[in-house]
Amino acid sequence: METLTQLRDRIAALFPAADVVLATNPSPSAQHALRLDATHARAIATFLRDDPALQLDQCTNVTGIDWPEKEVVDVTRTTVPDPAGGAPRVVEEKTRRIEPGRLEVVYHLYSIALSHGPVVLRLVTGNRTDAVTLPSLTPVWRSAEFQEREVYDLFGIVFEGHPDLRRILMWDGFKDHPMRRDYREPDDYEWEPTPHGDVLAKAKQHYPAPAPSAPSTP
Amino acid sequence: MSDPTPTNPGITETERDELRRHGILLTGLEELYNWGRSHSVWPLNFGLACCAIEMIAASMAKFDIARFGSEVFRPSPRQADLLIVSGTVTKKMAPQVVRLWNQMPEPKYCIAMGACAISGGPFKQGYNVLKGIDRFIPVDIYIPGCPPRPEALLHGLVQLQEKIRNQAIAGPDAPRHLQAEGDCNCPIPECGAHDIEPAQNGALWPKPPELVRPTKS
Amino acid sequence: MNASPFTNPSTGAHVRSVRSDLPGDLMEVSMGPHHPSTHGVFRMIVTLDGETIVRLKPVFGYLHRNHEKLAENTSYLGSMPYTDRLDYLNSMTNNWAYARAVEQLAGIAVPERAEYVRVILAELTRLLNHTCLAGFLMQDCGCSGTPLMYAFREREKILDLFESLSGSRMMCNYQRFGGCRVDPSADWLARARQLVEEYGPFLDEFEALLTGNEILLARTQGVGRLSAALAINAGVTGPMLRATGVNHDLRKVDGYGVYPRFQFRIPLGEHGDVYDRYMIRILEMRESLAILRQAFAGLPAGPIMNPAAKLRGFRPKVGEAYGRIEGPKGEIGFHLVSDGGPNPWRYHVRAPSFINLTILEDLCLGHTVADAVIILGSIDIVLGEVDR
Repeated sequence: METLTQLRDRIAALFPAADVVLATNPSPSAQHALRLDATHARAIATFLRDDPALQLDQCTNVTGIDWPEKEVVDVTRTTVPDPAGGAPRVVEEKTRRIEPGRLEVVYHLYSIALSHGPVVLRLVTGNRTDAVTLPSLTPVWRSAEFQEREVYDLFGIVFEGHPDLRRILMWDGFKDHPMRRDYREPDDYEWEPTPHGDVLAKAKQHYPAPAPSAPSTP
Repeated sequence: MSDPTPTNPGITETERDELRRHGILLTGLEELYNWGRSHSVWPLNFGLACCAIEMIAASMAKFDIARFGSEVFRPSPRQADLLIVSGTVTKKMAPQVVRLWNQMPEPKYCIAMGACAISGGPFKQGYNVLKGIDRFIPVDIYIPGCPPRPEALLHGLVQLQEKIRNQAIAGPDAPRHLQAEGDCNCPIPECGAHDIEPAQNGALWPKPPELVRPTKS
Repeated sequence: MNASPFTNPSTGAHVRSVRSDLPGDLMEVSMGPHHPSTHGVFRMIVTLDGETIVRLKPVFGYLHRNHEKLAENTSYLGSMPYTDRLDYLNSMTNNWAYARAVEQLAGIAVPERAEYVRVILAELTRLLNHTCLAGFLMQDCGCSGTPLMYAFREREKILDLFESLSGSRMMCNYQRFGGCRVDPSADWLARARQLVEEYGPFLDEFEALLTGNEILLARTQGVGRLSAALAINAGVTGPMLRATGVNHDLRKVDGYGVYPRFQFRIPLGEHGDVYDRYMIRILEMRESLAILRQAFAGLPAGPIMNPAAKLRGFRPKVGEAYGRIEGPKGEIGFHLVSDGGPNPWRYHVRAPSFINLTILEDLCLGHTVADAVIILGSIDIVLGEVDR
């Protein structure tokens, strides 16, 4: 199979308006990804499935990932020559920026016909609150049907064009999206015989400390 | 067993053995009634999770639950005496478990099999996991384990049989089905917007336990 | 968009499970979540025309016990016992799939002996799963009890082996990142070898009772046909996919572990019906026995754990990995995203029986309720994995 960079260039030539970014994966698995924009995602997915050199006919795995808003500190190191003529100093400059929160869907594609893969696709929402609509790839790969329902249920990403987008694991009247990082589970927490750590903190929160009993006087 | 049995206090165990040697069997109504009940406990054919596989294994050739009179797994709650809660009860499933319990006729018993049915077990911190079925229905026997071995289930069943054998058929200690208002119907929770409502059966789980912090003296 | 299956779309009224307000003579029946044939707490909302299924909607989530959320709040190693409880018949292959995903994420090598032991345990698990499946399938056909007793008798023998190796019958928690937890002794290997030798005759006996059985042929042949094109597009994997004739087995395609060293064949079906799915599993068991014999013969000496692998304080670098193996039910994969911390940032299980259920409605349309039970049985689901 061609490399992912070649594939990205080929997609960029075929879909000039599309915004396709190569998202590198620094882990030893080296499963790099292509980040697609929502507008062209379904057309590109159809191309990946039908192109004779790729034939990515199996969409194995669909996952959602929640990235809440977080503060990132960028460190830039610059070498400043010492005016006194000594060894040059390294100056660290820290800049803080807010990385906006977003939700992401990851698709793992393989080809059964040509036995290669995975090609990883990523789609990103605008934010975590109101711009959470992404195109559904269920019309391209039927295997995404239940998995996209699961992502909708647990992360709250709305898939446009999904034939039957309902909650799948939680019940229908449920309002939350429990796999989001800021989800608060119902406070039915039980204390353990020897509570410690998070459990103790949670138990204290749930069960207020008993009023200190008056010291027994002899 | 040398004490006179409480049901027929006029005769001692020695005298009973003496009579048995002459071919006369004496027993009390209570003993006979409970003997029959304890050896024909029909469980509901109801599997929830991993423990259900061990429940099936207990009914298969090697462990053979039929030795204890409980091989008749009934598919319908109307015909069953024993609800084995075999596995994790999720909040989505809890209303159905309570409904099954309500559909079972008295006398009925409940075994909480495995850590999940007792307290939520390893999945206790899950948002969709009920922290113990005894919040909603009365449990007679708790079997620890994850999952308990089939032998443990058999042991729990024998414990249940002992419990049944020791029940009085009259008086204030009589089991539910022999009392006037003996119907043990539990309120069925509903799946709400964030959690099941109510989160527990108030009659069985009146208040949360107090958090006792050990004080160093 | 979010219409409840219990809501009448025209009136918005709450509808009970058996409804009479459908046009004509259609009737909607809810099978499950407590139903003896659904292999757990699975639910199907079936719309019937007479006895013929015209619509079938599966309902999941009755065993959704938040495996992924719990895994994101615990360490990488802490999730290993939870993977046992995914597909609780096949804890060894679940362990392996998770260990493989973490090994890919962190770049951990596995010693040769551990790879062989993993193959031995995975193939024993495959025997166990397929035998139990055949028993449960016969149960669904109405053959109440007896074939399942045969299957569970053999299962107990394999579980005894697992217990003496790992300390637990079902929840083995045996694999580690970079190897296995304990080294099988020579005595254990001798007993495993003996079990493999005795398994062939058991399969012969099992097949003599079942494979040519007139009732089994009548109930399963031509029922629940699946086409190869739909199977691939719907992500169906494992014996379900191979029963349609698609030659796709990750043991050959990915060649993970030491599988490329073994000679074995991939059984393929032709019709994609329930009978083919049953036959594929029987034939796969015979191939598993062949793999096991070769693995016993070639098992090298050496360490069982990679000494460089770190169990405590394990923090993989930032990145992600998708690792998969051929489980008995299909492709079981784990997708892990690391942010450099001790817990995975995202932990996702690609559960084969969940995705194989995508085509349940397609298989059941036009068949009767009794056939739907068999079709569901032939898909081979375990609810712990479907709902996670």
